Amino acid sequence: MKLRFVLLALLAIGTFGGTAALLYAWESPIAPIDPRSLGAPDRAVLRRGASLALLGDCATCHTAPDGLPYAGGLAMPTPFGTIYSTNITPDPETGIGRWSEQAFIRALRSGVDREGRHLYPAFPYDHFTRVSDDDAKALYAFFMSLDPAKSSAPPNELAFPLNVRLTLAGWKLLFLRRARFVADPSRDEKWNRGKYLVDGLGHCGACHSPRNLLGAEMKSAGFAGGEAEGWRAYALGRSSLSPVAWDEAALADYLASGSHPLHGTAQGPMANVVDNLSQVDPADVGAMAHYLASLGKGEGRNDAERPASGPGRLPQAAGVQAATPSIPSEPGGAIYATVCASCHDGGRPLPLGGSRLDLSTAVADEKPANLIHLVVRGIPAAAGASAHPIMPGFGDILDNRQISDLVNYLRTRFAGRPQWNGLAKAVAEARGGR
Amino acid sequence: MTTLIVNGESRSIAASPDTPLLYVLRDELGLCAAKFGCGLGQCGACTVIVDGKAVFSCVTPVMVLEGRTVTTLEGIGSRDAPGPMQRAFIAEQAAQCGYCIPGMMMRAQALLNRDPQATDESIRAELQPHLCRCGTHMRILRAIRRAADEMRPKTVEARTGR
Ligand code: FES
Ligand code: FES
Repeated sequence: MKLRFVLLALLAIGTFGGTAALLYAWESPIAPIDPRSLGAPDRAVLRRGASLALLGDCATCHTAPDGLPYAGGLAMPTPFGTIYSTNITPDPETGIGRWSEQAFIRALRSGVDREGRHLYPAFPYDHFTRVSDDDAKALYAFFMSLDPAKSSAPPNELAFPLNVRLTLAGWKLLFLRRARFVADPSRDEKWNRGKYLVDGLGHCGACHSPRNLLGAEMKSAGFAGGEAEGWRAYALGRSSLSPVAWDEAALADYLASGSHPLHGTAQGPMANVVDNLSQVDPADVGAMAHYLASLGKGEGRNDAERPASGPGRLPQAAGVQAATPSIPSEPGGAIYATVCASCHDGGRPLPLGGSRLDLSTAVADEKPANLIHLVVRGIPAAAGASAHPIMPGFGDILDNRQISDLVNYLRTRFAGRPQWNGLAKAVAEARGGR
Repeated sequence: MTTLIVNGESRSIAASPDTPLLYVLRDELGLCAAKFGCGLGQCGACTVIVDGKAVFSCVTPVMVLEGRTVTTLEGIGSRDAPGPMQRAFIAEQAAQCGYCIPGMMMRAQALLNRDPQATDESIRAELQPHLCRCGTHMRILRAIRRAADEMRPKTVEARTGR
């Protein structure tokens, strides 16, 4: 109800708040161009644009499952309804083929399309506003060089008043600070490069920060942990709950390879991010790690002597199976002993052994979502990445009750933290229709 | 003691509750179609159907299955009376060494039970967890397609009660 009220108030500001508001909200169209009028772009600029598009994870949202890259159509569930990503290939009818460079840059930084319509902040222009002129131009050149794909996104499914795009002017007034990145002269070049990428194109905070009722990032709680597609995006820096403190080397390693022996493997939406980062200049990933490391550490320890693989508490029985310890009477403990222990308490090294759950952020986090996802889906083997841990999913073996029991047990035993509230609901949600 | 419904019959399992379903099927119940490949839930050779879902029996202790329904390859046909899935694999000569085949058939059966109209893409995606080291993948896909075609009219009949 409160939300509804606020939204209505916003609508009032956005549309009925007098001429000034309307003038403020109004954005004019930018004249269409003939895509054939664009000259051949510079190869070096194109290469930079391609790399920037990876750093910005553009394809992740602008590609539908089984769709052509950048042709849009991905359904993005938000608390306000479903938004579909748009086609950013240069198709003149359904893509950005008729957009001038100026129109593209306005969209990127101010969230206004060529026709002058406000874009929903699912497109993180609150971050992209920091992108430099040169980088914005390189991105434009890159997108305009793609093969045009004819594909229109389905209409957004948003309730009134949010389906009225003028309301977004109110949102922007409250939450969008249009400003280019300004380097901090007291910091070195690497730190500034890292901050520019993390806060700008990389839009890390879009997932890793909590959002307010109106879906804007809470600046006071930057990097305090957020959510993406039903997964938790863990808190970074000082608020990190990782049992192992992140340092610059670990961050660089994880971001570039998608996995770290003490921090596990990127899953869920983060898997796309690291996949993209694995293809860019390692110096850029290094700069991001450098900046992120400067955000401080949580309470995790980082004693290097901790071994990554299991403690080898269980004697290895024949072949790959370790002997099961005695089975506790508590249901979650019994499931752990019979289902999980043979890998997670066995001595087999990664990737075929289980990783140490006492080092797992999924178990230590504020919310159970990622741990549930991992139990349900497991960790699929990634192509060409044989050193990553792998795990079969147990979603078709364990029912919701069993998963809750197991998750509670893992939480108490390995994180020593109080059990999660609302676990049954979280399990049902994570399993969707299962 | 764990009780399971295996291929339609209620069975009391004597093995200790932590025993993987695969060992119970093979050693205690004498149902040897499901194979041990990796024991890590990574190859699919041990796949059987539990409550309609294809699962790796090698990583499934019987304890967590109390009262649930298990279908093995023996449950969808026999040597003398092969079911549609088995007939299709024979017709396409899809087995080379055959070690991976029972698991492949069980996951394909679970898919077609759930979605008789499964497309070639969804069959490929569904069979993703299964390894075949002989490389007979194309024949396996043809066999599943054939089984789907053969099973479909019957499903329609069953639905319309004819
Ligand atoms: S033996 Fe079960 S998956 Fe390989
Ligand atoms: S037929 Fe030999 S492993 Fe598949």
